[in-house]
Amino acid sequence: MAEICLGFVVLGVTAYAVLGGADFGAGFWDLTAGGAERGGRLRGMVQRSMSPVWEANHVWLIFVLVIVWTAFPVVFGSLTSTLSIPLFLAAVGIIFRGTAFALRGQAATINEARTLGAMFALSSVLVPFFLGATLGGIASGRVPVGNADGDAVTSWLNATSVLIGVLAVITGAYLAAVYLAGDARRAELPDMVRAFRARALVSGAVAGVVALGGLFVLREDARPLYDGLTSGGGLVMVILSAVAGLATLFLVWNERYGLARVTAAAAVAAITVGWVLAQDPYVLPDELTLDQAAASDATLTALVISVAAGLIVLVPSLWYLYRLVLQGRLDQQFEPLDQRFRPLTAGDENPERDR
Amino acid sequence: MIDPNFTLLAVDRVPGVLGGEPQPDLLEARYMQALSLAVHIPIVCFGIAFPAMILFVEGLYLRTGDTTYKALAKRWSKVALILFAVGVVTGTILSFEFGLLWPDFMATFGEVFGVAFGLEGVSFFIEAIFIAIYVYGWDRLSRRAHFLVGIPIVISGFTGSFMVIGVNGWMNNPQGFDVVNGRVTDPAPWDALFNNHLWHELFHMYLAGYLVAGFIVAGVYATAWLRGRRDRYHRAGLVVPLTFAALAAPMQVVVGDWAGRTVAEDQPVKLAAFEGLPRTTDGAPFTLGGYYDEQDGEVKYGIEFPKLLSILAFHDPNARVEGLNIVPADDRPPVNVVRFAFQTMIAIGTALALLATVYLLTWVRRRRLPRSRWFYRAVVAAGPLALVALISGWITTEVGRQPWVVYEVMRTSQAVTAADGLEVGLVFLILVYVGLATAVVWLLRRLSRRPPEVEVGGAPGTGPAGGY
Repeated sequence: MAEICLGFVVLGVTAYAVLGGADFGAGFWDLTAGGAERGGRLRGMVQRSMSPVWEANHVWLIFVLVIVWTAFPVVFGSLTSTLSIPLFLAAVGIIFRGTAFALRGQAATINEARTLGAMFALSSVLVPFFLGATLGGIASGRVPVGNADGDAVTSWLNATSVLIGVLAVITGAYLAAVYLAGDARRAELPDMVRAFRARALVSGAVAGVVALGGLFVLREDARPLYDGLTSGGGLVMVILSAVAGLATLFLVWNERYGLARVTAAAAVAAITVGWVLAQDPYVLPDELTLDQAAASDATLTALVISVAAGLIVLVPSLWYLYRLVLQGRLDQQFEPLDQRFRPLTAGDENPERDR
Repeated sequence: MIDPNFTLLAVDRVPGVLGGEPQPDLLEARYMQALSLAVHIPIVCFGIAFPAMILFVEGLYLRTGDTTYKALAKRWSKVALILFAVGVVTGTILSFEFGLLWPDFMATFGEVFGVAFGLEGVSFFIEAIFIAIYVYGWDRLSRRAHFLVGIPIVISGFTGSFMVIGVNGWMNNPQGFDVVNGRVTDPAPWDALFNNHLWHELFHMYLAGYLVAGFIVAGVYATAWLRGRRDRYHRAGLVVPLTFAALAAPMQVVVGDWAGRTVAEDQPVKLAAFEGLPRTTDGAPFTLGGYYDEQDGEVKYGIEFPKLLSILAFHDPNARVEGLNIVPADDRPPVNVVRFAFQTMIAIGTALALLATVYLLTWVRRRRLPRSRWFYRAVVAAGPLALVALISGWITTEVGRQPWVVYEVMRTSQAVTAADGLEVGLVFLILVYVGLATAVVWLLRRLSRRPPEVEVGGAPGTGPAGGY
């Protein structure tokens, strides 16, 4: 039962990284799109693609939290109290991200859109970084069992955390670029396809380099994790992830975006599983094994039944949502973000002023 | 009468599995949690009640083909989506705070109550999926499919609050576990979920959702009414939410009575704090207003109604009502906060029920809306008042539960984090929420200024340009 619940956590983390991560990545491209006029089309594309799905994608995070606190309550209490700073900052970032995004859809002037967009985009970078740093603190064995017993700062400001934080940002950007290139093609916007294809190739390459270079960081900073990732099942998963990552680059190069979505997601899933295998049997390295961390059987059984029953409803619902999205039935009118304000702001607009 | 398990549990206290240093800033942690809940709960009300109102109006459109209704439903669905987005993010911060602020509560009891949150997560997921399809699916799905897509939103709004309330009911009426030497054993998640406080809290909150959402939305159109915009669009925007709220208001009085009697039985100290009743009394009086003097142990400057409390709590004028004196001072909640919140809730609830009665009687007897401008002014005021009553009600039950996080089993001070920096977090959070509230109000005002015609791409019935 504990293994099944751990499987739910892996599923949730993967889904959140693949779906929610891409929403954050879209924010990254929004942030780096340039001035209001130059980046207007790109931002319009981001707005259009993210609107119908980001809330559902975000729920995976809640799913992970709930499974952890129910199935592994001591782990939850220990890690949230020790890692309270990055988690608090991530939570605040999530507020800014979600609200600013929802509000930007209603902005009436370019300056409003620009302020809200900056808030949305900046928090889109900070949230995955802090969440990644949190995972880094866990994976590098910096979370002891207890109420805030770990170091409040070095538990998340350390080489492994920074590595995973940066990797989370880049991976999200990469996934987003792959998806957005596909969306742009469906919307028949060749210039956007080109823009996101180039971004996907560059960020994919960067993600690969950082991930490989990161292995050396882990070797110095988190030796047990490194050993786990370079032997046995962990190694298999790392290799699988690398292969899937390369396959994605290849597919994007050849403009096969539909399949690239799948391989990109597989690369993220493989590395998540690899992480779990690398620190097996521990949930909190050197502190708590899976069996020690698991709640009682009655709870685990009830949780598995609930989630299984939930999935029976959820899977068709999610399928329906993504089918409508991928068929373009929920598509919004594509509208470059700066264009929307033309009639209203014709006199006083200053598109050259970068934020 | 006291449940024998209750007294058994009361002896078996749980200090928490994580332990850790004592937290000097417990109050800041409680303020952070209370603030986050106070921001999130009004949005929950809209999650509970608004989708049903929107579907009702869409149903009118499907039956009559009148695009006025479509414009209204579509406009409301956009508001619902914005509020849902805010609910998503404020709900997320709540789940983080469970761990950030109360790690030992989660570590110790997560396995007892957590399953309910698992089901809540599923509901939330369904809500997120279908609200997106619903709002972005206007004019893209068939009319029938679009209406059907709205139904899961209504259901999941109910089941989601069911689960969360289940956990809150459990905190007030803990069951579904044993305590052996201060450790929690044998968790029984389903027993924990279906506790004695689930049902009255659920219906109380469910009706509160309709009161808050109904009166606030009606208030927007009542304002328009007072400014002379009385076309069919604004009339429907007023009548539908007002009718929902007006039907809920009298029912809330009955459910409130039920809630009060359950508290009287299961949580006598909490009830004594509601009423500022210092000593166990036969035929206890109800005291209106005034304040509770801790030193003298009595309510000063209040108006006393003999035997009324015994009648309200037990439906018997001579019933014995237990006082604060049955537990040591350390185990009592802060009486004035709880009592003031309780009386505020009761006063507003009664006023709203009266307003609802005026509306419903006029409707039934005269088949028209009341004509007095004062009625519309009252409807405008009813929205914010309902909100105040909602928050007061939650203060009543949650502060009334203190000093326990799990009633008479675990103290809030044993649940709190040992981490530093809670004051910084609190100040930060206040700023974030002020910004959030400003932004959302700004956005909704912006949305309301767009003429209804934009929703249907043409003239909706007789709707004039401009407004709501």
